[in-house]
Amino acid sequence: MKITKEEVERVAVLARLKYSEEEKGRFVSQLNSILDYMDQLDKLDTSSVEPTFHAVTQKNVFREDAVQPSLNLEVTLANGPDPDRGFFRVPKIIE
Amino acid sequence: MELYQMTAHQLHELLRKKEVTSQEITQSVFDRVQQVEDRIHSYITLLPELAMKQAQEADDRIRKGDFGRLTGIPVAIKDLICTQGIRTTCGSHILDNFVPNYDATVTMKLKKAGAVFVGKTNMDEFAMGSSTENSYFGPTRNPWDLERIPGGSSGGSAASVAAGECILSLGSDTGGSIRQPAACCGIVGLKPTYGRVSRYGLVAFASSLDQIGPFAKDVRDAALMLTAISGYEPRDSTSINLPVPDYTQSLSHDVQSLVLGVPQEAFGEGIDPEVEATVREAIRSLEKLGAKIVEVSLPHSQYAVAVYYIIAPAEASSNLARYDGVKYGFRAKGSHDLLEMYKETRSQGFGSEVKRRIMLGTYALSAGYYDAYYRKASQVRTLIGGDFEKAFGQCDALLLPTAPTPAFKLGEKVDDPLEMYLSDIYTIPCNLAGLPGISLPCGFSQTGLPIGLQILGNHFQEEKILRVAYAYERNTDHHLRKPNL
Repeated sequence: MKITKEEVERVAVLARLKYSEEEKGRFVSQLNSILDYMDQLDKLDTSSVEPTFHAVTQKNVFREDAVQPSLNLEVTLANGPDPDRGFFRVPKIIE
Repeated sequence: MELYQMTAHQLHELLRKKEVTSQEITQSVFDRVQQVEDRIHSYITLLPELAMKQAQEADDRIRKGDFGRLTGIPVAIKDLICTQGIRTTCGSHILDNFVPNYDATVTMKLKKAGAVFVGKTNMDEFAMGSSTENSYFGPTRNPWDLERIPGGSSGGSAASVAAGECILSLGSDTGGSIRQPAACCGIVGLKPTYGRVSRYGLVAFASSLDQIGPFAKDVRDAALMLTAISGYEPRDSTSINLPVPDYTQSLSHDVQSLVLGVPQEAFGEGIDPEVEATVREAIRSLEKLGAKIVEVSLPHSQYAVAVYYIIAPAEASSNLARYDGVKYGFRAKGSHDLLEMYKETRSQGFGSEVKRRIMLGTYALSAGYYDAYYRKASQVRTLIGGDFEKAFGQCDALLLPTAPTPAFKLGEKVDDPLEMYLSDIYTIPCNLAGLPGISLPCGFSQTGLPIGLQILGNHFQEEKILRVAYAYERNTDHHLRKPNL
């Protein structure tokens, strides 16, 4: 077994997700069978292979630092669950 | 033949000769939607009022002689492509009230072309799935057999074209999400080269793999739509600044001078015998048309599913971090602390497959596992790309099945994620290498389910795969068969 219940709990905190005990149990077995499948990659010696992060190689793309029209504030905020006077309201962060 | 059954190029001819109006075509499509949508469920949002208004505008443009090949043609758009003022849900609870205040590049291009928007199509949540069963809004059904899946994740876009609920549609393909549903629904689906079409306004799943592309009833229509949506856009710095040809111009050629490669690995373990026989028959047809068929090898393609299900969830776990219940979308009620609010919002807002992939991706990127999973997968990705490079040294395009089986039954694979992932075994390598690929109908199973032939080309060689697809289609009539609804 590659991943334990404790590890699932640790990853869930990193991912900002929450699971019931029953869900955790199901998850441990599903993730383990997926990770077992991934083991086949270990058969390959890749010590001298460069990784690919983008399939089509590109150089950095620059543009002029010029002011462009931006999105309308009121309309943009309207999609927020709790907009208030030009801001997004959230639960208290600092005690 | 009813208007809704016709292709965009046929309808364009009728519009040009003023034999029909866009309003008549649009009405015919909405009548069809009325007739079949409760059985198929292609759409999350239908736009009858907007469509009739756009159709009227298209008719005005046609009267004035200011129109193009998509003017007045009813199209459907996958619900992860932003449409200003029109709800864009990604098939997710977390975005079920999200109304974008800008258009994606492709949406803008279609508006400029004068296309008519029928609606936003159903999909697996955040494009994660191969069956459209992961939609928060319920599954889409296959027009050829209502007990079966339409493929995914762009299942609604594929089913809507197959069922006559639009003339053309747009989907997105991260690991096969255009080609596999096209195969399942008996239509044409094309995934362009990475960078050919701007991703600006496409809700991100796995940014190094995602690409928007067309669904169509025939190859000519796919070429038309591809021409309309391609091109560089400064707001997507991964879009490539290369001229856009008129892809319909590549269709008139034959395949006599072409060398087509068949990967040894194309008919591996788990392939349905009817799929194998049908695709081999399609390869023989292309040989009879004069193409030279050679065997090639993609030795690392067997690792593609493992590589993909590390890289795509890793990118997704990062992309989906933005759904925090603050800036847009759903927020869970009742939390008094910020961290709790994030956790509740994301746990209630995402479905189980999305959460599974976020977890898998977070794990693969977390301290102590990055080298073993993410880095390792990215190295094997290089080997997979190298295989293709070698193969395209020996041939012009590759021929292989699109999916290992015809459409499976609803519910058949929902409890076994790994089994579901393996249905993308023939489509994934192309995304990892950033190549263009097309799927087109090449026959039917004995029970009447469509089977797809997949053609892959080298980077930016869409013209070559369209040419092969067109030559094949012109000599067969599989694309003319329609589901009995």
